[in-house]
Amino acid sequence: MRHTISVLVENEFGVLTRIAGLFSGRGFNIESLSVAPTLDPTLSRMTIVTSGDDRIIEQVNKQLNKLIDTIKVIDFTNEDFIEREMALIKVTAEESTRAEILRICDIFRGKVVDVTPKCYTVEVTGSPVKVNAIIDLLRPMGIKELVRSGPVVLGRGPKGWKGN
Amino acid sequence: MKLTGSKILLESLALEGVNTIFGYPGGTVINIYDDLMGSSIKHILTRHEQAAVHAADGYARATGKVGVAIATSGPGATNTVTGIATAYMDSIPMVVITGQVPTGLIGNDAFQEADLIGITRPITKHSYLVKDINDLARIIKQAFYIARTGRPGPVVIDLPKDVQIATAKFEYPETVELRGYKPTFSGNVRMVEKAVKMMLAAKKPVLYVGGGATLTDAHAELLELAEALQAPVTTTLMGMASFPTRHPLSLGMLGMHGTYYANMAVTNSDLLIALGARFDDRVTGKISTFAPHAKIIHVDVDPTSIKKNVRVDLPIVGDLLDVLKKMNKKIAEHKDEVAQAKSALKPWHEEIAAWRKEQPMTYKPSKTEIKPQFVIEKLRELADDDAIVTTEVGQHQMWTAQFFDFTQPRTFLSSGGLGTMGYGLPAALGAQAAFPERQVIDVSGDGSFQMNSQELATLVQYRLPVKIVILNNNFLGMVRQWQQLFFDKRYSQTCMELPIDFIKLAEAYGAVGFRASKPDEVEDVIRKAFETPGPVIMEFKVSREENVMPMVPAGAGLSEMVLRTA
Repeated sequence: MRHTISVLVENEFGVLTRIAGLFSGRGFNIESLSVAPTLDPTLSRMTIVTSGDDRIIEQVNKQLNKLIDTIKVIDFTNEDFIEREMALIKVTAEESTRAEILRICDIFRGKVVDVTPKCYTVEVTGSPVKVNAIIDLLRPMGIKELVRSGPVVLGRGPKGWKGN
Repeated sequence: MKLTGSKILLESLALEGVNTIFGYPGGTVINIYDDLMGSSIKHILTRHEQAAVHAADGYARATGKVGVAIATSGPGATNTVTGIATAYMDSIPMVVITGQVPTGLIGNDAFQEADLIGITRPITKHSYLVKDINDLARIIKQAFYIARTGRPGPVVIDLPKDVQIATAKFEYPETVELRGYKPTFSGNVRMVEKAVKMMLAAKKPVLYVGGGATLTDAHAELLELAEALQAPVTTTLMGMASFPTRHPLSLGMLGMHGTYYANMAVTNSDLLIALGARFDDRVTGKISTFAPHAKIIHVDVDPTSIKKNVRVDLPIVGDLLDVLKKMNKKIAEHKDEVAQAKSALKPWHEEIAAWRKEQPMTYKPSKTEIKPQFVIEKLRELADDDAIVTTEVGQHQMWTAQFFDFTQPRTFLSSGGLGTMGYGLPAALGAQAAFPERQVIDVSGDGSFQMNSQELATLVQYRLPVKIVILNNNFLGMVRQWQQLFFDKRYSQTCMELPIDFIKLAEAYGAVGFRASKPDEVEDVIRKAFETPGPVIMEFKVSREENVMPMVPAGAGLSEMVLRTA
């Protein structure tokens, strides 16, 4: 099963290797991983999407917690959370398809952020499901290049993590 | 007053109570070695960095203190890797200090540069690359704290040369603040109560004791619990010596080369109480048939150990000593129920006694050949009660575990998790440095001994009177045994065809050697060795194709023991 886990870590040298090495060394799977500093510059927040059965996910959570540099681990799977990912999609824009691309873009509340005579670059934000959907719709026009940020998540409601 | 990085390091070590370190000098630690000359810390120069780390490990296992080793950058640092991995697998508290090229050269493929932090990441509890002299004292304080608390383990401090030379005001922090590291010490009282209830209701309980009992020095509390419940006790290799093997409740070791009765007891138990053990594959055999009828209570300080390999009915996270104290207190409150529970265990003890009678831990004696098991029995008979025994890895290690009846805690030092050949001699060196007056014995095979035999020089130089037993069968015996049993006797590369004259080798280093080739010479050689001052090699020409039995073949269940070689 797919799990989205947020990890608050010390913003220090080598932390990313420790986390990534933990996953590879124990045969855990990383679907995506994003990292950036938090409001407190001494902390970074990682969002990791992984998958596995209950036993593996329990180990993932425990092993992450065991790292000295890990301050907090939240597995969002059983919580109500907002999940967003951004994608930049460079898509071939022929005269016959331009209007269609713009329409699709509109439906997904995307933006065209770069235009050349032969292609558009579309920026879209949403849940991974939504990003998948627009990619599927744009694919027939010819996607030349694509980059996805991997999802970031926040729990819903007023409660916030103390460490930001 | 400002101090250099190397001075800050040594001052900090002294403040941590370190009085002996093991190491090997080199270009990037030369400043530290210069300052060592005026320091109160005793440094033991091993002949290999791997041995320095094993010696620090042996020192730590024998004393319970944090072991400290030091090596230079590059090859010195990479030579520490096996020692660090050994300590990591067995949760041994250790701080390893390595030199590093100056910060400006890091990443430059400089001379004797190796990314040790990267190399050791999966085999350390934590590691530090010190980039700023102002962080050094705090890092050392944290390193020692991390190494010895929670589930202990090795911590690496990689110290670039320019940081050793730089100066800073020295203030050793009094407290440690690590917002990401707060190991659970205190076991949950309600869980302990539940556990005690389960124990008192059990008809066939077994205490399964691992290295946690040694690491927390919980032997007295363990004995109290076992006797209060009258529950049989089996230990892992790492738990060996935390419960006296000759105690009537002792089942000896369980697992691949454990006793038949320990494995049968575990298989038939209705309650397995795991105390500081981690259900290693060498212990459980095939998981699906491991303790199939038992409810499992698992006490461990490391939450990742719990439910990693087996289902657990009642987990208790906490320091084993703390949990055992709480259990004993709870049990003392239930006098009547305890008396009742004890008498209900009578049939269980009878069942175990029958297994014990059916298949005792024994071997076929010989009048013509020296049986390795016989040597171990004689050693026990003639050695001091508090003798510290180290082993290498292989058949001799298992025979020592099977036939040397350990009576006192921290007297059996062996590489359990990693299974490192070449561990025993340097570990004995470290233990002897900690306890100069006690008898320290390295039980070895001819294969393992040659992996770190250069440490004879260290023993002689520092007058460390380690007694070395070599059970010489001219084979890499354990692998040969597997080849005999599972590969149709195809002895591929396991025959050590060149006979080594170990007596001459001892003499070359200025030590003494005795040899026994017949059973009636064994006792004499051991006596002479114990009477001779300084390090001694005892070489026993043992029966060549003796096997370690009984045995659970890899992948089989504990109840499917092979009892003797066909």
